[in-house]
Amino acid sequence: MKNPPATGQSISRIEGPLKVTGAAKYSGEYNVPGLLYGYVVNSTITKGKIIKIYTEEIKALPGVIDVFSHENRPSTAWFDMKYADMDAPPGSPFRPLHDAEIRYNGQPIALIVAETFELARYAASIISVDYEKEIFDTDLRSHFGDGREPETGMASLLKPPPPEPTGYFETAYAAAKYKASGEFYHGTEHHNPMELFTTTTLYEGKGKLSIYDKTQGTVNCQLYVANVFGLRFKDVKVISPFVGGAFGSGLRPQYQLFLSVMAALELKRHVRVTLDRSQMFTFGHRPPTLQRTRFAADADGMVTALNHTAFAETSRFEDYTEVVVNWSPKLYPAAHTLLDYKLVPLDVFSPMDMRAPGGSTGMHAIESTLDELAYQLKMDPLDLRLKNYTMIDITVNLPYSSKELKECYLKGAEKFGWANRAPEPRSMKRGHKLVGYGMATGIWDAMQAPARAEAAMTRDGKLHVKSAVTDIGTGTFTVMTQIAADELGLPVADVIFSYGDSKLPFAPIQGGSMTTSTVGTAIRAAGKALRKKLLRVAKRMKDSPLGKAELEEVIFQNGYIILKDNPQAAVSFADIINDGHHGLPLKTTNTGVPNMAKLNKYSRAAHSAVFVEVEVDEELGVINVTRALTAVAAGKIINPKTSRSQILGSMVWGISKALREETILDNQLGKYMNQNLGEYHIPVHADIHDLDVMFIEENDEHINELGIKGLGEIGLVGVAPAITNAIFHATGKRLNQLPVHFDMLL
Amino acid sequence: MNNFDYGAAAELKDAFIQVNENAANAFLAGGTNLIDLLKYNLVKAEKLVDINPLPDYHGIEETSDGKVRLGALLTNADTAYHPLIETNYPLLSRAILAGASAQIRNMATNGGNLLQRTRCYYFYDANVPCNKRNPGSGCSAIPGYNRTMAILGTSEYCIAVFPSDMCVALAALDATVDVSSAEGNRSIAFADFHRLPGNTPHLDNNLQHGELITGITLPKKGFEKNYSYLKLRDRNSYAFALVSVATALDLDGDRIKEARIALGGVAHRPWRVKEAEDLLQNQTATRENFAAAADLILKGAKGFEHNSFKIELAKRAIIRNCMMALHPESQMPGAQPSA
Repeated sequence: MKNPPATGQSISRIEGPLKVTGAAKYSGEYNVPGLLYGYVVNSTITKGKIIKIYTEEIKALPGVIDVFSHENRPSTAWFDMKYADMDAPPGSPFRPLHDAEIRYNGQPIALIVAETFELARYAASIISVDYEKEIFDTDLRSHFGDGREPETGMASLLKPPPPEPTGYFETAYAAAKYKASGEFYHGTEHHNPMELFTTTTLYEGKGKLSIYDKTQGTVNCQLYVANVFGLRFKDVKVISPFVGGAFGSGLRPQYQLFLSVMAALELKRHVRVTLDRSQMFTFGHRPPTLQRTRFAADADGMVTALNHTAFAETSRFEDYTEVVVNWSPKLYPAAHTLLDYKLVPLDVFSPMDMRAPGGSTGMHAIESTLDELAYQLKMDPLDLRLKNYTMIDITVNLPYSSKELKECYLKGAEKFGWANRAPEPRSMKRGHKLVGYGMATGIWDAMQAPARAEAAMTRDGKLHVKSAVTDIGTGTFTVMTQIAADELGLPVADVIFSYGDSKLPFAPIQGGSMTTSTVGTAIRAAGKALRKKLLRVAKRMKDSPLGKAELEEVIFQNGYIILKDNPQAAVSFADIINDGHHGLPLKTTNTGVPNMAKLNKYSRAAHSAVFVEVEVDEELGVINVTRALTAVAAGKIINPKTSRSQILGSMVWGISKALREETILDNQLGKYMNQNLGEYHIPVHADIHDLDVMFIEENDEHINELGIKGLGEIGLVGVAPAITNAIFHATGKRLNQLPVHFDMLL
Repeated sequence: MNNFDYGAAAELKDAFIQVNENAANAFLAGGTNLIDLLKYNLVKAEKLVDINPLPDYHGIEETSDGKVRLGALLTNADTAYHPLIETNYPLLSRAILAGASAQIRNMATNGGNLLQRTRCYYFYDANVPCNKRNPGSGCSAIPGYNRTMAILGTSEYCIAVFPSDMCVALAALDATVDVSSAEGNRSIAFADFHRLPGNTPHLDNNLQHGELITGITLPKKGFEKNYSYLKLRDRNSYAFALVSVATALDLDGDRIKEARIALGGVAHRPWRVKEAEDLLQNQTATRENFAAAADLILKGAKGFEHNSFKIELAKRAIIRNCMMALHPESQMPGAQPSA
């Protein structure tokens, strides 16, 4: 009997029972005898110099082992470059405990190592530090208009600068009859994954380390540690089988990794460093961004001119960039475009990627302005998008490899009931509530990077697949198992996927919605190679029923190689290994690479259409997202269940971004004020109502052999603008600052 | 968090002996706020005297004169779901259930609810000036991000708000606070329990060190027919009020015999204005009359850079909540605005 393919099936997470029963071990849960605990002391000033850290009385506390600061830290690599991880933007990476200079509030300035966590934390609370304070600036809003060009480097491969201007924007805009414009402000956000950042470093002797780390890239951390501390690559093992969310915060090695490794090497002991929730606010964040848009259209609703400018915060030491302004001409092919992106360096830590970096920022401005344009034109916002629909990406003059966005619009609108929308703002009511419908488009690049994977068949007929990739909660473990199962025609129960360990075959950092395409392609390459090997061995077996069959003449199914023409002629995988290979595993390690010759002929992107209903209390302004639907076109969906969960999570995030979460920055103190989950508001159950997800499958033969585009970001990008557009429809008020506070509607 | 001693007290007398050993000793009940304060190094206790083993104060009892006494050690959850409270004092039940989260309400006690500290960001950050935490150091909230701060009863030294929901209802119900100490017992009218900041913002209330809240007494009148609690906040649960309103009405047809209106989230204590309530007496229950009362309640309100909206919001919330009190069934879960 033929198995249905595993890909395309809704399979529950394989590791789910481990997670919900608490059996899954996270990086802070590897306990060994003699483990020491480090607690970080953070700067309480924003800018200046450390004059003195009073460590003597701290060191005298019974149970305190040592205190490390810039004054006594062991020497590490001298050159900046050694600190540059795979995700480092151009500039000079932050080096913990490097010198006396304070670059931002909360900078780690010392590590206290003690026999218990509680003692280390207490010692950190009483340590005294003398500083010399300097004047600082953390206020992006006072810099509208005075940014500078970003430095470009390797980062621009994945984050291209804005395309060159086309046509004559100013002339076209001045002459246009229908125009819309806006100024937008997005505040700082922090990732706040549930799991705290922890590194447990086991000192194995002779320069060897086993490091349990919370990360989105085991190999990235391995490289960083080896480079910074001058260790041999193979002596550093970074293990991260379970990651309790990261959302980009684990893309770069964080300072607890550095400090844990430093202390372990210096003390020749096992050392764990855990950052508490407030310390999670002391590295990396979504940068605050100011934007300005000016769009124009002709009387038929054809968009003619697009101007989008952004001023984004970065640190004084790295030029972190995002793709904020590049998206509008990809969706709406106007003849006259003027796109600009500038950085404003301030006294903060370097921003870092946070789910849908840039896209979720820029698309809010774009889709809000387009919505406004639809009202100017007295056109349905959906019709305006359909009118400007394109299968060509004009920014690169290439067709999309696939684009089922139109189906997302149409099927999404139908299921949502978009036709019931009354065109005028403030025209729909329900009791005390104004009702609004809003919609927006989402777009995200479909990317792929090289990766390696190992596939092995063992004597029990099981397929073992290995990759260093992490599973940050997205379902990677399950999805990779499904892809591997189909390569050999096995049920998923016969596939064992090992991951989250730097000693396994190379995988890049898990980000940018490219993990499934990247690691999936490597697994496919390994699977194909293993099929060849199995067939070759099978044919060599005594009296092999497969004769001289070529790969195209057989099928791999249910644990057998079977002749297509004669299903009776079959050899089991177990027999191949036991009888043909002396019971020894048959192994292969292969590389999956994007087929650039093919890919360069297309523009590649995932798309979404988001439809939202809000209720706004007419008297009090209180806003609830009562219904939301996202229709997603992102290539082949490997696992509808985990995929749906990923989109649902993104939609909750979108509600959060539009209405809830913000890091409060006090510019007079130069610091974040709500560094805890009580005051950093992410949605609670009572904020989440009816959410619906539709997938419009794309059969994309160009993107990669598996037809995968990735789902990590696309679910978020369109949600916030759909909500603010719905608020406009409900109230007639256009709110361009996120998050929206309900009192803005009073 | 510093190292501290722990002592359990099974008798009231022993509790007082232990707490009086040192001015830095503190009673421990639910610990839902105190433990946070210890972790933030804002409270440095020498000893926590655990009063949970005390045999009394865990229940609800009706007194002979028809009043109801809430034990100080009863949890907020058990109070809110107690049939006597749900039936006779539904306003209190509603207010309690609008606060914190289910998990916190399961731990937090009635006595502790009255003693929770402000949630002002600047109070919780030991590295910035705060007169409440460090008298004389200055107030960071006045020039800072003061969206959540007070608009009524503020001083140049402090604009923090008292965060309780439960206490807004207790204020409206004219509860009294029963207090014991080594010296004996006393009762404090609810309106006299919490303080305004003035030039002593470090003092939240009039309880002395060594005094223990043993219970809260509710007058017989529970306003069970016409009541409403409305809480406006930045998310639908697990967030403190920007503005909350407790309304209790005693009606004769559409004539108001007695009105009580208390505000939360706007001051250093629950806010009641007698003149406004008197104004409503013998008036008809209309939007216009409630609006006039709202104006009186908010007389003298002063906004800061980020919280001026609270003045208009509070006015609208009072009117809406009074209208909701005419139809208590219109109340929504989480004390959200009526549908």
